[in-house]
Amino acid sequence: MNWQDTLIQVLIILGQSLALLVALLIFIAFILLADRKIWAAVQLRRGPNVVGPFGLFQSFADLLKFVLKEPTIPSGSNKAIFLLAPLVTCVLALAAWAVVPIAQGWVIADLNVGVLYIFAISSLGVYGIIMGGWASNSKYPFLAALRSAAQMVSYEVSIGFVIITVLMCAGSLNLSEIVEAQNGRFGFLGWYWLPLLPMFVIFFVSALAETNRPPFDLVEAESELVAGFMTEYGSTPYLLFMLGEYVAIMTMCAMGTILFLGGWLSPIPFAPFTWVPGLVWFVIKLCFMFFLFAMAKAMVPRYRYDQLMRLGWKVFLPISLVAVVVVAGVLHFTGTAPQ
Amino acid sequence: MKLDQAARAIFLTELVSGFFLAMRYFFKPKATLNYPFEKGPLSPRFRGEHALRRYPNGEERCIACKLCEAICPAQAITIEAGPRRNDGTRRTTRYDIDMVKCIYCGFCQEACPVDAIVEGPNFEFATETREELYYDKEKLLANGDRWEREIARSIALDAPYR
Repeated sequence: MNWQDTLIQVLIILGQSLALLVALLIFIAFILLADRKIWAAVQLRRGPNVVGPFGLFQSFADLLKFVLKEPTIPSGSNKAIFLLAPLVTCVLALAAWAVVPIAQGWVIADLNVGVLYIFAISSLGVYGIIMGGWASNSKYPFLAALRSAAQMVSYEVSIGFVIITVLMCAGSLNLSEIVEAQNGRFGFLGWYWLPLLPMFVIFFVSALAETNRPPFDLVEAESELVAGFMTEYGSTPYLLFMLGEYVAIMTMCAMGTILFLGGWLSPIPFAPFTWVPGLVWFVIKLCFMFFLFAMAKAMVPRYRYDQLMRLGWKVFLPISLVAVVVVAGVLHFTGTAPQ
Repeated sequence: MKLDQAARAIFLTELVSGFFLAMRYFFKPKATLNYPFEKGPLSPRFRGEHALRRYPNGEERCIACKLCEAICPAQAITIEAGPRRNDGTRRTTRYDIDMVKCIYCGFCQEACPVDAIVEGPNFEFATETREELYYDKEKLLANGDRWEREIARSIALDAPYR
């Protein structure tokens, strides 16, 4: 391969990444609005409805507002790390989307270890929060950063075991192949959410905790910690933190979609439904997952810190450990394990 | 942990019922008004922006008795009276209300013997500068002319109870 081919390949990947990022960010702008609207609807409010029809452009107005504001850097802070932290959060969250297959073959990097990659990248996300909390040189951000570190580490353990059960069923670490493994005669009944229903529930709850969503938003518990690790942030750095958070949420939704809801597969596996492009099914499932996320925010009160730790270590970890053994046993003794 | 409690925890009954409750609320009619386009009802006793009223023949009602100035607990009102006129009445030369000081208690309209100073139904008089909220006589009279119909109606509605 000469240098021209390499250059062309790099340019193609660059273009694909850009297209994905732009689409993702625009999608997230509307997801953010949906989040606020759903939350408002459950509380009998209207939510943002002034900017554009039904408030559809609210997120873009917010973006403009954040970008145009003056960034303040506390004099006692470590400036380099203070400014690096939101970048780390945002870039890592976006990087995870490199391996997410949004339709058959529509993936930027078809890694053989896609699951591990996403898992590693989302674990790194905690660094952004710790750096932000530490560099702010302020009490509340620091406490929030400590909490968040403990929380994300604890729930990653059970999420890891949940993913292992799925991997055993699918027999691959490649996300596209995991989706293909769910393709069967029974349509959506054959996807892993049904046979692995308890795992799906644990995955969902752990994903809430992993992304610091309510009811596990102890990291930014406004009644105790002002605004958590984002207390000292404003303007564009704050925007990057928020963006990173929502991208991470979408990544978790995508993970849930791929691992349990059959990715881009059509729920009913015959003619008129299989004509619909996979991307559409993927986005519908993504929205469904996010709706669950938003409803959890609207209906569950915030957990206390010790309850959060108890749930992670004393409930989810044993259950998921046992589930790994049970699933492995069932696959082995019924001879249904993938070769 | 009791058995039924454990069963409920495992099958997430509370979470699921909570979800359906939340969904019921989701589709309920919204409690909020779409404010700038929809407005809530106002009592005839509502105490909003001040106005100085006139008689139907166009003459100012205010006779510069300064009762409102005396009773105002926030001391937001400043009045200067002119010399007595040929018909024996006085009129103000200056009538200022500092709307920033005002606490909208309504004592001024209670004190007024001629229903000159009243608090109208308007509550949307936010300004961009503080200075715009130092109302002078001209502004108050303009308010009176603008809101006379609503003010007269409120007074008439409330009259049976006074």
